[in-house]
Amino acid sequence: MTEQLDAGLVGRQIAESDQLGDPKDGREVGRARRRKEDARLITGRTTWTDNIQLPGMLYVAFLRSPIAHARITRVDASAARARPGVVAALTGRDFADEQGSLPCAWPVSEDVVIPDHPPMASDEVRYVGEAVACVVATDRYKAVDALEAIEVDYEPLEAVLDMTEALAEGSPKVHEAGNQAFTWKFSGGDAEAAFRDAPVVIDRTYVQQRLIPTAMEPRAVVATTDGGSFTVYSATQIPHILRVMLALTTGIPEHRLRVIAPDVGGGFGSKLQVTAEEVLCLLLTRRLGKPVKWTESRSEGNLTVHHGRDQIQKISLAAERDGRIRGVRVDLLADMGAYLMLVTPGIPLLGAFMYNGIYKMDAYDFRCTGVFTTKMPTDAYRGAGRPEATFAIERTVDELAHELGMDPLEVRRRNWITHQEFPYATIAGLTYDSGNYEAATDRAMALLGYDKLRAEQADRRDRRDPVQLGIGVSTYTEMCGLAPSRVLGSLSYGAGGWEHAAVRVLPTGKVEVVTGSSAHGQGHETAWSQIAADALGVPFEDVSVLHGDTAIAPQGMDTYGSRSLVVGGIAVLRACEKVKAKAAELAAHLLEASPDDVEFSTGTFAVRGTSEGKTIQELALAAFAAHDLPEGFEPRLDAEVTFDPENFSFPHGTHLCAAEVDTETGMVRIRSYVAVDDVGHVVNPLIVEGQVHGGIAQGIAQALFEEAVYDSDGNLLTTTMADYLIPSAADLPDFVTDRTETPAASNPLGVKGVGEAGTIASTPAVVNAIVDALRPYGVNDVPMPCTPERVWRTLAGAAPPGSTAAGRGGAGESEGGER
Amino acid sequence: MQVPARFEYERASSVPHALALLERYGPESRVIAGGHSLIPMMKLRLARPDVLIDINGLEELSFLGVEDDVLVIGALVRHAQFLADPAVGRYFPIFHDAERVIADPVVRNRGTVGGSLCQADPSEDLSAAFAAVRATAVIQGPGGVREVPIRRFHRGPYETAVEPGELLVRLRVPIRPGAASAYEKVERRAGDWPVAAAGAQLRLDGGVIAEAGIGLTAVGAEHFAAPEAEEYLAGKAPGAEAFAEAGRIAAANCAPRADQRGPAAYKRHLAGELVRRALTRAAGRAAEGTAQGAGDRTGDRRGEG
Repeated sequence: MTEQLDAGLVGRQIAESDQLGDPKDGREVGRARRRKEDARLITGRTTWTDNIQLPGMLYVAFLRSPIAHARITRVDASAARARPGVVAALTGRDFADEQGSLPCAWPVSEDVVIPDHPPMASDEVRYVGEAVACVVATDRYKAVDALEAIEVDYEPLEAVLDMTEALAEGSPKVHEAGNQAFTWKFSGGDAEAAFRDAPVVIDRTYVQQRLIPTAMEPRAVVATTDGGSFTVYSATQIPHILRVMLALTTGIPEHRLRVIAPDVGGGFGSKLQVTAEEVLCLLLTRRLGKPVKWTESRSEGNLTVHHGRDQIQKISLAAERDGRIRGVRVDLLADMGAYLMLVTPGIPLLGAFMYNGIYKMDAYDFRCTGVFTTKMPTDAYRGAGRPEATFAIERTVDELAHELGMDPLEVRRRNWITHQEFPYATIAGLTYDSGNYEAATDRAMALLGYDKLRAEQADRRDRRDPVQLGIGVSTYTEMCGLAPSRVLGSLSYGAGGWEHAAVRVLPTGKVEVVTGSSAHGQGHETAWSQIAADALGVPFEDVSVLHGDTAIAPQGMDTYGSRSLVVGGIAVLRACEKVKAKAAELAAHLLEASPDDVEFSTGTFAVRGTSEGKTIQELALAAFAAHDLPEGFEPRLDAEVTFDPENFSFPHGTHLCAAEVDTETGMVRIRSYVAVDDVGHVVNPLIVEGQVHGGIAQGIAQALFEEAVYDSDGNLLTTTMADYLIPSAADLPDFVTDRTETPAASNPLGVKGVGEAGTIASTPAVVNAIVDALRPYGVNDVPMPCTPERVWRTLAGAAPPGSTAAGRGGAGESEGGER
Repeated sequence: MQVPARFEYERASSVPHALALLERYGPESRVIAGGHSLIPMMKLRLARPDVLIDINGLEELSFLGVEDDVLVIGALVRHAQFLADPAVGRYFPIFHDAERVIADPVVRNRGTVGGSLCQADPSEDLSAAFAAVRATAVIQGPGGVREVPIRRFHRGPYETAVEPGELLVRLRVPIRPGAASAYEKVERRAGDWPVAAAGAQLRLDGGVIAEAGIGLTAVGAEHFAAPEAEEYLAGKAPGAEAFAEAGRIAAANCAPRADQRGPAAYKRHLAGELVRRALTRAAGRAAEGTAQGAGDRTGDRRGEG
């Protein structure tokens, strides 16, 4: 009772504070509404997949390979079957005839090798954590206990961990076909000419360390059947894609398969996947005729949620002495891990069009080699290819500035596309529709107090202060809003990039918006309500948004790549416009006026020049009653739209980071962080602010904290939150954020994506700041994550003349066991 | 879900009852207080006790206060309570410094001082702080109560002087007039285990160091202490040079091992640097007369978020 009261109180308080923000002309779009979904999400009064309880439910636990690469010579699950509460104990062989192969939807090139990827291994394991058996029991404790009774014999094979070694002659093979997954090339302009006799060439190699996406909600799957049809509940970003893929993988007809993504607690790309566990749970419910549930542990997740990044980037930049960039060459090695999962090989290519950043240049040359290793496969992780590209170009432009003795912002000014030059066709073949890099940069410099900090930096350098100050710059753009279907087709992607929306004005005048873009924390219910409220002239509170269930929202391409607003939101707007056109026709009929004379304003359709009109609610009821409709008019006010964007979305901005580096301990402290982003027109500033904050935090996490570490045998060492370091608020500075607003030209709302921008921007800003602080010590790079130890070791290795090197003599101490 | 193996559970109603339960269930039982080390280990099935003996209800172990110039800390005192206590902050800013960088508020609300020491993790923060101030551990067993100097309490990683069937009941720390203390830590993330950390207490008399206490953690220092550096400082005037030398001596005499938090060379370097910093900060506090100053907030703000 008390609990209910409390939750009710929370709901009321949130409802009251809904009135926050500044309504512009009574319009909803632009208003800082608190999110309508948050009351249920943060009070736990919602359905997460793991909360689902079905009658007779059984629990699944997976036995996973403890060896990176081995032949499986024997699996014996018989003893597990005898354990109390165990209903089934199954091995890869048991699924051989029905499990198929996990899909890869992005065969990027003609030479791509897509190895067979059984959801449960039966002959060979290729990474630590690969499932080799499972137990189904009456509770999750019994299931986990019984795993200990399964015997597996492995014949170890050599692990393949290093990409360069994997490509070398004679390397042990991950797959029979070899370790090269694909090669991919792209160029614009004449790179040969750009680099020939270039006065300045900067060559750098950066390592994008492997990261583990860490959503707050672990993955969970519930699968159930009534004998004829199947329902899969999954903590997924992609219920629609999952439905198609499960049908293709298991042979269960698509129309007998329903996929539900209940409320989902974050994904960051990690739930943009068709997982072994989803397939196996579906097969188990078919086999056993009972509902089954699997929820991963955090350690299981660290091992087997697809990982992110893991690239080695060789970048060369040719420039004139005045700072003008002539061209950029990129040679990329991308670690695929052991298999190609849903979009694994496409991830580096999403960065391929971004290494030129916001800069004009004559030539660009990109090549990428995908490499198999005996590690967890990689795939999309917040930014997916663009953070890597942005890091490389923004780090390298800072290196160019240092080489030329110029301010890093001055070098950028000499190269960036000016606001008068939009739309601009880039050397990478994209057309940036709009932008104003000058405005965002000027604002960021003012907010940071750029000149004053440069003066302090000079002072600290003069004093040889053991705590040095650095200022890092990142003037980023990114391509998001995935994506025009024709472009995806040209990149060999297996699907389109459209989005679907349906809008229904109910007989009582309330509105249901159905979206195919299934939210997992982004706030679609609020933002879509704001769009629909303005478009239809109904109160915000009168709009409900339905999503995440293929029976309720039957079509969609789901949520990733900062696509929801710029594709799904526009679909909602278009559907509202269709409804409005229908309502106008009905209004004209009822008002006995010509449709051309009917005007719409704040929810009322009126005959121009008269006070006579019909509200949209009145029209909805009239359409429902259907007593007096125009000739051929279908009863009900509703419409559906499938929208395919004409271009990507190109948010941009300037992030500036001031960092203090303690040269005696290696500790980095971010002193101030300024982000000025241009995401075009904004539907809800509060949601944008949240996305920017979270995004920056996640990018800083790559710069300073996170790294998936495998040992030399291929064991993942970072399997717990004590070892894989997710920063908390205590590790992060206050973010100073602001926006410039250059509307996107490619959609009617003028909006751009924002979900990944902060992550893409912040990593290079932080590392640039650290390197900038340490320039007097001869440092020109610090490998990520820039832990205190890495910073200290870099300094110990640099040791230039005149530096305060006291106390660093011990760095040469020999020892084993270093990572 | 991460699920522990099967175990039994007993709730102790008094210290004698807890001792009786320990006697009854023997070596496969484990005492649980805050549980922030034990339960994660059980969930990972790295620890599989047959029986948990819960002492959380034992109020007699939650006393925190000053008795006859001795700070007395019950084994069940929570980190949060220890951190918030004005007397602790006034007499021993070292504990304040250390507690502010131990884990996070949620863990500090539940985790206990006694549990931290009994876990005897070689990277534990309070072990170094108690070593620096030369505390005494009070252990109760079937045969009665005995006292063990803290520098004989830890016998090695995850091993203490608390015998099977015994319970750590409290810690006693003598308040030394004029002494000042500080704690310095390098961590990879706010609230993480230290890469290395050092605590120091200085008592000055007539312009020279009458007594120095130096604690070290995560660097393989025996009993979490640096006796050679302490000895070096005795009788010396406090100052940058002496403190740097003490740091060098402490670094030379510890035995760090490489692990995920860093290589040995770096930890050894930090041992020296952090001893120097802790001594410098303690001396600064002594000079300002803030040895008694509760609420000293020098240093960065990490850990307060």
